[in-house]
Amino acid sequence: MKVFRFRGGVHPESHKTPSATKAIEDLPLPERLYVPLQQHIGAPAKPEVAIGQRVYKGQLLAHSQGMISAPVHAPSSGTIVDIGEFTAPHPSGLWVRTITLETDGKNRCGKNRWHESAKPTDPFKMAQQEVAARIGAAGIVGMGGATFPAAVKLALGKERRIHTLIINGGECEPYLTCDDRLMRERAHQAVDGIRIMLHVLQADQALIAIEDNKPAAIASMRAARRRHANLHVVVVPSRYPMGSEKQMIQSVTGIEVPAGQRSADIGVIVHNVGTVYAVHRAIRLGRPLLSRVVTVGGGAVREPKNLEVPLGTLVEDLLEFCGGYSEPPARLLMGGPMMGQVLPHSRVPIVKGSNGVIALSTAEIRSRPAMPCIRCGRCVAACPCGLMPVEMAPRIRNGDLDSAMEYGLGDCISCGSCSYVCPSNIPLVQYFNYGKGMLADRREAQRKTEATRRLAQERRNRLEREARARAKAAAQRKAEKATDEAREKNSPEVSV
Amino acid sequence: MITAIASLATLGLVLGLLLGLAARYLKVETDPVVAEIEALLPGSQCGQCGQAGCGQAAAALAAGELPVTFCPPGGRSLAETLASLLGLEVDLSGVEDTQPMLARVKEATCIGCTRCFKVCPTDAIIGAPKQIHAVLQDACTGCGNCVEICPTECLQMFPIEVTLGTWRWPKPRLAA
Repeated sequence: MKVFRFRGGVHPESHKTPSATKAIEDLPLPERLYVPLQQHIGAPAKPEVAIGQRVYKGQLLAHSQGMISAPVHAPSSGTIVDIGEFTAPHPSGLWVRTITLETDGKNRCGKNRWHESAKPTDPFKMAQQEVAARIGAAGIVGMGGATFPAAVKLALGKERRIHTLIINGGECEPYLTCDDRLMRERAHQAVDGIRIMLHVLQADQALIAIEDNKPAAIASMRAARRRHANLHVVVVPSRYPMGSEKQMIQSVTGIEVPAGQRSADIGVIVHNVGTVYAVHRAIRLGRPLLSRVVTVGGGAVREPKNLEVPLGTLVEDLLEFCGGYSEPPARLLMGGPMMGQVLPHSRVPIVKGSNGVIALSTAEIRSRPAMPCIRCGRCVAACPCGLMPVEMAPRIRNGDLDSAMEYGLGDCISCGSCSYVCPSNIPLVQYFNYGKGMLADRREAQRKTEATRRLAQERRNRLEREARARAKAAAQRKAEKATDEAREKNSPEVSV
Repeated sequence: MITAIASLATLGLVLGLLLGLAARYLKVETDPVVAEIEALLPGSQCGQCGQAGCGQAAAALAAGELPVTFCPPGGRSLAETLASLLGLEVDLSGVEDTQPMLARVKEATCIGCTRCFKVCPTDAIIGAPKQIHAVLQDACTGCGNCVEICPTECLQMFPIEVTLGTWRWPKPRLAA
């Protein structure tokens, strides 16, 4: 199949070998699980359980609220010991509402099923909406790291005609091998998940895109898809950021998603291999999303591994299972080294979008001071979105957001290719993240000003309404008094 | 040559007359800029700028008596909009230093006197007589009217708490 090229991109050293050779292992169940109520994009889930309550494995802990949201289930059986604040796996080190579960080590499922109608059935005999609803109820979100609720994305198929489902097996981030191992070891389950998604979307074909540095995964997915004519494996070149949605669509279909539009607008939907595997488990086995495959790697980890981890496990438990640190880590990341989030410490939980825990050694990080820009234009050549980081960064530095927007700040995907190639070590992508934050603040301030104006108007209306009501009541009282007096005058004998 | 001078002079006179008449008969009563500024302001008449209300503040800004950064609830975003409307260059680096504050009720000392929600410009305080009141953080503009009127000092201003949703990446530091 013909493969197209997206512009720009970089070739970081892959560092995948240490963990790519390791089969997925189950992490022993930790004593405590810290399950955040927000592991997805959208509104946080609302707790359904109380402190002290015993729960079964897979029991609903918190239900989704609002249009874009996802429920959270108990990753194991045990007792709820706390519903409160816990450090989020986020560079800010701020808290997130979290349910703490003390496990009993029995992993009991019980009769209490996670979803009333979740008995495993043939999805191809079910209505599309029903399958999508089950995927939503299983708490499945984008497992590649974006954590957008999968059912909401599948519902886009109803509004627009989707012709192609692309399965993202790119895994272009260095160090990460969890999708690679998943495709090697669980190819049949993944293919089944893809067929279920095709049924829900009513799409014509599914293209499984895998980078050419994963020959074993390509072979195993090819073998698994053999009996299904509408599934194809597309081998794409290894180039970062291949795994980014828009770049992947361009590589596989040759179509560029227009700025400010979504992939569904051109009839394409992209899902991660981890997501389709979770869909297979939810629909065929009736299992909600309780665990995920996580790569533990980096030069500071003694034994890099791929682990099947219950959601809510602390990062320190994973590191301990991998033999701990071989040297003090210079940087601890959740996700890959290009776009991953720096963790404040290792006592943060694994969430639905955590594809890797990477502890980098001092030799692996680059911390040279930033030098003046020499206008070499390498960032322009590397930008996969066709932007000009060299022009955008100084504008953001000087607080000129409007002109940075004119240069296309809104289309930046924060992939970090520009910072990676910059010979002057200018923190380009950091400027863009800062700029996007400022834009978000500005939108929020505008929203607040508008809300204040509306509230003030409402208050004026209310005061007017009340004044009118008071005046009317006073007039009425006056009139009543007048009639009373008149009556008294007309019939004085009554009072005698 | 005389014809050219004469025709241009006549043209000038006629147009001048027209302009003079237009200035007299099509005169705009109020400054349209004031109305434009007022439309941008929150309109909660909170008085944080020191003026009696948003209308007076707009007039003062148009007259050049107030800087564009006068409105605390509008913040940086409003200051930028106003500056671009008036074609002014402003240094906004100092604007965000005055951290926006919101009112909050300390439940232990609230006596439920209902005075605070009568002065709230956005109806952001809820409660009933002899019941503990509460401030809706999303609707509060931080004007401080309630803090002044509270007899038990249970209403106080607090800086807005940063959450995961409102946290932003800091500006990269420049190495010398």
